[in-house]
Amino acid sequence: MDITKLSAFEMRKKISKKEISSKELITAHFNRIEEVEKDINAFITLNKEEALKSAEKVDEKIVKGEQIGLLAGLPIGIKDNIVTKDLRTTCGSKMLENFIPPYDATVVTRIKEADGIIIGKTNMDEFAMGSSTETSYFGPTKNPIDTERVPGGSSGGSAAAVKSNEVALALGTDTGGSIRQPAAYCDIVGIKPSYGIVSRYGTVSMANTLDQVGVFGRDVKDAVFMLSAITGYDKKDSTSFNNPEGTIIFGSFPEEIDYRDYLKGMKIGIPREFTYEGMDSRINEEIKKSIKIFESLGAEIEEISLPHIEYGLAAYYIISTSEISSNLARFDGVRYGYRAKEYNTLDELYTNSRTEAFGEEVKRRIMLGTYSLSRGYAEDHYKKALKVRTLIKNDFDKAFSKYDIILSPTCPILPFKLGEKAKNPLAMYMGDLFTVPVNLAGLCAMSIPCGYVEGLPVGLQIIGDRLKEANIIKAGLGFEGGVKNGL
Amino acid sequence: MAYKTIIGLEIHTELMTKTKMFCSCTNAFGGEANTHCCPVCLGLPGALPVINKVAIEYAIKSGIAFNCKINTHTRMDRKNYFYSDLVKGYQISQDDLPLCEGGYIEIESEEGTKKVHLERIHIEEDTGKQTHTTEGDTLIDYNRAGVPLIEIVTKPEMNTPEEARLFLENLRATLKYIEVSDCKMEEGSLRCDVNINIVDTETGNKTNITEIKNLNSFRGAVRAMEYEEKRHIELLQKGENTIKETRRWDEVKGETITMRTKGDVADYRYAADGDLAEIVIEDSRIEEIKNNLPELPHHKKERFISDYDLSEYDAGVLTASKELALFFEETIKYIDDSKLVSNWIMGDVLRRLKDEEIEIQDTKLTPKALGELINIVKDGKINNNTGKKVLKEIFDTGKEPETIIKEQGLVQISDEGALKEIVSKVLDENEQSIIDYKNGKDRAIGFLVGQIMKASKGKANPQMVNKMLIEMINER
Ligand SMILES: [Zn+2]
Repeated sequence: MDITKLSAFEMRKKISKKEISSKELITAHFNRIEEVEKDINAFITLNKEEALKSAEKVDEKIVKGEQIGLLAGLPIGIKDNIVTKDLRTTCGSKMLENFIPPYDATVVTRIKEADGIIIGKTNMDEFAMGSSTETSYFGPTKNPIDTERVPGGSSGGSAAAVKSNEVALALGTDTGGSIRQPAAYCDIVGIKPSYGIVSRYGTVSMANTLDQVGVFGRDVKDAVFMLSAITGYDKKDSTSFNNPEGTIIFGSFPEEIDYRDYLKGMKIGIPREFTYEGMDSRINEEIKKSIKIFESLGAEIEEISLPHIEYGLAAYYIISTSEISSNLARFDGVRYGYRAKEYNTLDELYTNSRTEAFGEEVKRRIMLGTYSLSRGYAEDHYKKALKVRTLIKNDFDKAFSKYDIILSPTCPILPFKLGEKAKNPLAMYMGDLFTVPVNLAGLCAMSIPCGYVEGLPVGLQIIGDRLKEANIIKAGLGFEGGVKNGL
Repeated sequence: MAYKTIIGLEIHTELMTKTKMFCSCTNAFGGEANTHCCPVCLGLPGALPVINKVAIEYAIKSGIAFNCKINTHTRMDRKNYFYSDLVKGYQISQDDLPLCEGGYIEIESEEGTKKVHLERIHIEEDTGKQTHTTEGDTLIDYNRAGVPLIEIVTKPEMNTPEEARLFLENLRATLKYIEVSDCKMEEGSLRCDVNINIVDTETGNKTNITEIKNLNSFRGAVRAMEYEEKRHIELLQKGENTIKETRRWDEVKGETITMRTKGDVADYRYAADGDLAEIVIEDSRIEEIKNNLPELPHHKKERFISDYDLSEYDAGVLTASKELALFFEETIKYIDDSKLVSNWIMGDVLRRLKDEEIEIQDTKLTPKALGELINIVKDGKINNNTGKKVLKEIFDTGKEPETIIKEQGLVQISDEGALKEIVSKVLDENEQSIIDYKNGKDRAIGFLVGQIMKASKGKANPQMVNKMLIEMINER
């Protein structure tokens, strides 16, 4: 038996029953990493020594019969924009190539408290900007399904590591689709929770009003399992939501319930705006088939309209780049990170350091954002985009007053080949068309595998209202059960 | 020709909260460089701010004390600019929705009472501090980064440097009274920027506004304003104009120096700080703070005049600092004579404070000791001059007045027999003075009294000596 292929849920069971030890499990994963990493490049930094030590501690706890945490002994990957104490955190950038944080992000603290084992830091688009993990300073990650193709971005390393069994679970961040899109490309489950239910403290901001930490698992149950461990109010994050009822407890979705029962009577809206000309029609076919599964399991499907969704992408790029220009100002070469060797004045120190250490995509977005926030332009761009954001929120609020969930494709295109879109950023931006509105409105959403086109995976996006994670989880479990049972 | 000076002020005051604006690091002044720092105040990647409620409360207190309108819905904004003492590449501040708006401070100018109106009071965080070494290196200490500040912006309504000084003194006294800031300029907890220009009231011609940055003493501020007044008037007389610029005050040279010219206005690209939720303040909370506000300086002054029957001037001096006013009110608990206490404090006590350049709370003199001393003098146990000596001794040693009097044998000699002995001895030694007096030279009495006081080591009861002396001369 190859224990790296087990689900996280099964691994946890075997560990608690002492059928396998955590050390055994972690060692098996490092062996797996050694085997595939040269082809995948899912990691920037590995944490082997510490991971094995932590695994031994968990095993000791089990031997002594002590209480163990929810994630006890499980191998976990952390996206490299989430800071880890004493473990290099690069954000996929030359700027932070040698940055060793002096503190842990709250989500990392929670994983450690739940006895999870941090295997390493996963590869990502530089500062989470990109949709293919090709903008990483540490080289692109490759899609385990087809290594000629991208794994999606910006959490591509985390998605690929989970898919290729290098870890059982992983954390990602999602600002405009950066968990759901790589989940779709890598044929796994990714959840972007509602804004505020998972602490952002210690997550390096890209666009702080859109960023959200979320999870990857190979099935819905695993992803929810991981989400339960990291959710909850954090007094260190002012935008953190104190919502004890909304906290996802894995126990609320027991195994005994039949998958068919989750979808009975569920009201589902299908927005007519979630199709467009440049979209791969074969993806649409797969989505239609999926909707049939929902219908056959008792859900009520209706077409709905989200009239302002078409302005979502434009508003997203203005708001996110504006916030990026501000959030990335701290990387100035003065206190930490890269500093240019040659400069004469303070201004040159900033300019040279930032010119030398930031990649092309990061510079492009900083420039766009600086422009959008500038005096004389802010009214036409930034402030107008904020108004559009409110309209989109209102569209969703209206829809969720009637429907439990909304379904759409996760991405309009299939995983593309490495380098194929690198020269065309606008085409790349289009890939986030269906995911971006969810971040603008602060909603929760899941991407779940729903079919294949010529062997390449297609992701279905299940969108839920703010703090209504329970709805997307039920929908995910029901749909997944249907697919497994040949529907 | 007549010229009118127009002065507006921007004052930054550090709030004396226990912790910083957005984290739990200590707000204490000083400390070894970069020891009062955490990921939040250093703006490390991933760190997030959480607002200090006490800082908001202190800012509201200040707003109420200065008669401002308190905005119940406000938010924090990011002011984006690059500087090496700025950790995040932006400063968390407030832009178009400041916590407090409007308001005024009253000053007693030459033309009577004048209201200087405020534009706004907003909250923001302080930045770090740079030191330039002689080797040309720049060292940065971020202990101050994230310290809570309020920025008070006035309307350009002051017309002389003296008015600006009165305004600043009033502002400082009030902030200290309500205990939101220690206002120690030497520690940078009160900093002042001046905007100044001159109008020729006959022609209407005016100079461009000059901004003088970071004045860190009242004296420096006044001197800088006086210097600028003169410079602007000279320019007007020459028919030239100033350029709109920022200057700094060189204390040593006694002149202002150009820092930068305002060719174009800085673009701070203000935007709401999405890391911090909107600040909502309940009306009831504002009411509560208002009701718990301590007595403000001008109220205290009025009360001192009416309750203690003091002159306006004396009441003004005694209430200029909260500690001095407290000292006065504590002292009259020991001696029920407010005028006498006022005289002692206004006279010898203030003189000593001035000579030693210390504040009343930093001396060894207690209200109890002063009260007892005044009582002793009033009872005639020692005379006034001896009392002054004892006061000095208390300042130096902190001993009780009774102890000092006993140790140094200062009790006034009022015993008739003892005094007679001293007087006749002095008369024996100064036959000539007796003759002079009898020949009509009254001055001789003064000399003789002096000799008697000297012989008694200052302890002789002066009234008795005067009376006895004439009698005894006449007897001879
Ligand atoms: Zn701090």
